[in-house]
Amino acid sequence: MRLAQHMAVASERVTATAIEATEFPELARSYRVMAVPKIVINDRVEFEGALPEPQFLDAVLRAV
Amino acid sequence: MSRCGRSGEGATGIIDGMAFLNDRDRAAVRQEFEKLAGPVKLIVFSQELVAGDLCRQNEQLIQEVAELADGKATVEVLNPAIDRERAEAYGVDQVPATVVEGSRDYGLRFYGIPSGYEFGNLIDAMIVASTGEPQLSEATRASLAALAGDVEIKVFSTPT
Repeated sequence: MRLAQHMAVASERVTATAIEATEFPELARSYRVMAVPKIVINDRVEFEGALPEPQFLDAVLRAV
Repeated sequence: MSRCGRSGEGATGIIDGMAFLNDRDRAAVRQEFEKLAGPVKLIVFSQELVAGDLCRQNEQLIQEVAELADGKATVEVLNPAIDRERAEAYGVDQVPATVVEGSRDYGLRFYGIPSGYEFGNLIDAMIVASTGEPQLSEATRASLAALAGDVEIKVFSTPT
């Protein structure tokens, strides 16, 4: 979430939403959350686990 | 880092009237909050009928955190069923939810109680919203400045 929220502050185009999976089981199911953290960008690009900044940015750019 | 989760040792928050944060948590957060610059607004969305317990716990945690910010953080509690326009404007459609706002709405949202793993992120979100200065490389900033479309990042986590 850290990188996501810093990106949100850096760009008006970016929003960052943290979702507590156990409190929103239906949402977690619909996004097939099997491991955390799971990151979903524009409902298009997704990955599990933390990524270094350049790779995270790459995922963001692929989702646009 | 913090033990403000709803299980395990330390503060539990599961019993009404008990504090979420223990003394060590408070001291650590106070130290982090020395980085706060401008004001931070925490807009909490709660709805008793939908998720009463979780919403009350979320409100309590957010209040406890805000109290450590030396007057730089304010808390506003809204009910999405009553404050519909505000909820819509913030795009909040579930509870408990917390919006972290600085000099503008940066699009920072927390759904669920930001405890455990998310607790550190809540503190970090407050600091970066307060300063308006993201800790990112120049290359990342340049790429983000050139974004051609909107980017919605969802991060799913669990308390432990």
